[in-house]
Amino acid sequence: MAPTDTHTRRYQESGAPADSAVANPDPRTITTVPEDPATLATPDVRTVDGQLRIITEELRLANEGLRPEDRSNFCDHPPEVIKPFRAFWENFLNWARSESLWVLGFGTGCGAIELRPLMTSRFDMYQYGIQPRPTPRQSSVFVIGGYASVKTMKRIVRSYEQMQGPKFVLGLGSCTINGGMYWDSYNTVNRLDHYIPVDVYIAGCMPRPEALLAGFMKLKEQIKAGQCEGANRYAENFEWYKANQKRIIKNWDMPDYNW
Amino acid sequence: MAQAILTKAFYTLISLAVITNYALVLIGTMARIRAKVQGRIGQPFYQPYIDIIKSNAKRTSISHGVMFFLGPVFRLAGGLGTYLFIPAVFGSVIFSNFSFAGDLLLVMYFIFFGQLGMALGAGESAHPHAAIGVGRGLAQMTAFELPFILSVVALAAQYDTLSITGIVAAQQGGFTNWAAFTNPLAMIAGMIAFLGMSGGNPFSVVMAPQEIPIGPPTEMQSSFLGMLQTNRAIFNGAKMVLFMNLFWGGAAHENLLVAILIMVVKTFFIYLYVTIVGASFPRFKTEQSIRFFLGVPTVIGLVAVVMQMV
Repeated sequence: MAPTDTHTRRYQESGAPADSAVANPDPRTITTVPEDPATLATPDVRTVDGQLRIITEELRLANEGLRPEDRSNFCDHPPEVIKPFRAFWENFLNWARSESLWVLGFGTGCGAIELRPLMTSRFDMYQYGIQPRPTPRQSSVFVIGGYASVKTMKRIVRSYEQMQGPKFVLGLGSCTINGGMYWDSYNTVNRLDHYIPVDVYIAGCMPRPEALLAGFMKLKEQIKAGQCEGANRYAENFEWYKANQKRIIKNWDMPDYNW
Repeated sequence: MAQAILTKAFYTLISLAVITNYALVLIGTMARIRAKVQGRIGQPFYQPYIDIIKSNAKRTSISHGVMFFLGPVFRLAGGLGTYLFIPAVFGSVIFSNFSFAGDLLLVMYFIFFGQLGMALGAGESAHPHAAIGVGRGLAQMTAFELPFILSVVALAAQYDTLSITGIVAAQQGGFTNWAAFTNPLAMIAGMIAFLGMSGGNPFSVVMAPQEIPIGPPTEMQSSFLGMLQTNRAIFNGAKMVLFMNLFWGGAAHENLLVAILIMVVKTFFIYLYVTIVGASFPRFKTEQSIRFFLGVPTVIGLVAVVMQMV
C-alpha cells in the first residue's frame, strides 16, 4: 500500500482533519529557524517528527526523500532571503510587478472554474495586466482555487517552489482559510498558510469572478505597498513550512526544495 | 577612423532604440486590436514594457547550464544581427545600419541563427515540452523558409542584386514600382511565408500556451525571459522592415522624420495583416502547417522564379 493511503487510513480511523497535527495556528508569529546559525547544528531542529532531516550540518538540504543515487541530480541549496532594494527603485519595481501579474494556470480545486471567466470579454483581466501563464517558471501569482487535498498539496508545493520570486499567492474560497465545507475531511488541508505563504484570501464558497478580481486589486495594492514578501517569508521560515508539509505528505519522493 | 567607428556605433544605438521602442508599442497595440476583435478592452499598449521590467526585476533565476544561458543570448544575437544588416530607412545615414552588397543572404542566415541557438538552449533545459516545441518550431520554419527563399530568389533575379538597399532603390519612383506590383507572385509567396515567420495564428502551434506549455521557452524565466521579450520586439521589427524593403518600396524621403513616418505606417499595416489573419483563422497542427507551406505558397514562389528566368 502506498504511504499516502496509509496516512489516509490513519486519519479516517481517528476522524481528525489532515492538518490537525500543526501545533501553532499562526505561521507568522513562529519560526523554527533560530536566529543564531550556530544553534542550527542541534539535531532536534533538523529532525521533523523524528523522520527526515531538512538541513544538514553543512547547511545544505538533506533531500532524504530522494534515493541516494539520485541526490546528486538535484540542487541542495536551501532558499535564501533576498532583501528588497530601497526606496524609489523598489517602489518602481513593485509597481511593475503589480501591473504584470502572470497567473499560474494550475486549477488546484473546484474554485479554478471561477478563474476562467476572467479571461472572457465580460471580465477581461488582461486590461488590469493580469494574464494566465502555463508554466510556473514564468508565473508570479499562484491562485489556489479552493480546497487543497493532500495529494494536490504535493503538486502545490512543487509548483510554488518552482516559481521565481517575488511570487504571490491568492487563496480563493473559504476552503483555503479554514477548510470550508471540507474542514473535517480526512484528506484536505484546513489552513493553506501552514504550508505556503498566502498574501490575500478571498472568502466565499464559491466567490464570484468579481470577488476574484477584487482580490487581485487588493493584491496589487499590497505589492505596491511592499507588503508581499511571501517568498522571503518562506525562506525565512523554511524549516517550519517544510515540517508542516512533511507532516501531511507522507510519500515525500522529491527534493526538499524544488529549484 | 576612431571617430567614424564611434559615430557609426552611436547611429546604430539610435537605430536600435527607435526600432525596439516602436516594435514594443506596436506589439502592445496589436494585442489591444486583437482584444477589440474578441469584444474585450484589452491590455494597455505599454504592457510589453511593464512585462519586460517585471521579468528583469525577478530576484531569483535558475540556469540549467552554459547552453541554457547562451540560448537567449544567441536568440538576441539573431534578432540584432537581422536588424543591423537591414537598412531601415532608405538613404538615411543613421538608419542605414550595416547594410552592404550581399546583406540579403546574411539576413536570411540570421533569421535562422537565433532559432537554432534557442533550440540548443531549450534543449539543455531538459524539459520535454521545450524539446517538442523546438521540434515543431524547426519543422515549421523549414517549411516556410521554402516559399520565402523562392520569393527572395525571384526578387534577386528581377533586380539583379542581393543587396537590400539595391532592391529598395530599384522600387523608387512611385508605388507602381514596388515589387508587390511588379512581381506580385513573389510578394504573395513571401507574405504567406511571413505569416509563418511571425508565429501568429494559424501558425502559432510552436508557442501557444494552450498546446504544449509553452514550447521552447518553457523553462526560461526572470532575466532570461526578459531578454527573449526584448528580442521579440527587435526581431519582429527587423522582419517587418525587411518585408517592407523587399516588397513595399521601403521607407524613402528626403526628410528623415517623414521617412520614419512612412516606415511606421507601412510596418503597421504589415503587422495588421498578420493580426487580421490571426484573428480570423484557427490554429493549424504542425503537419497541417508544413503541408500548407509546401503546397500553394511554394508553387507560387516557383512560378515567380520561373517567370524571371523566361
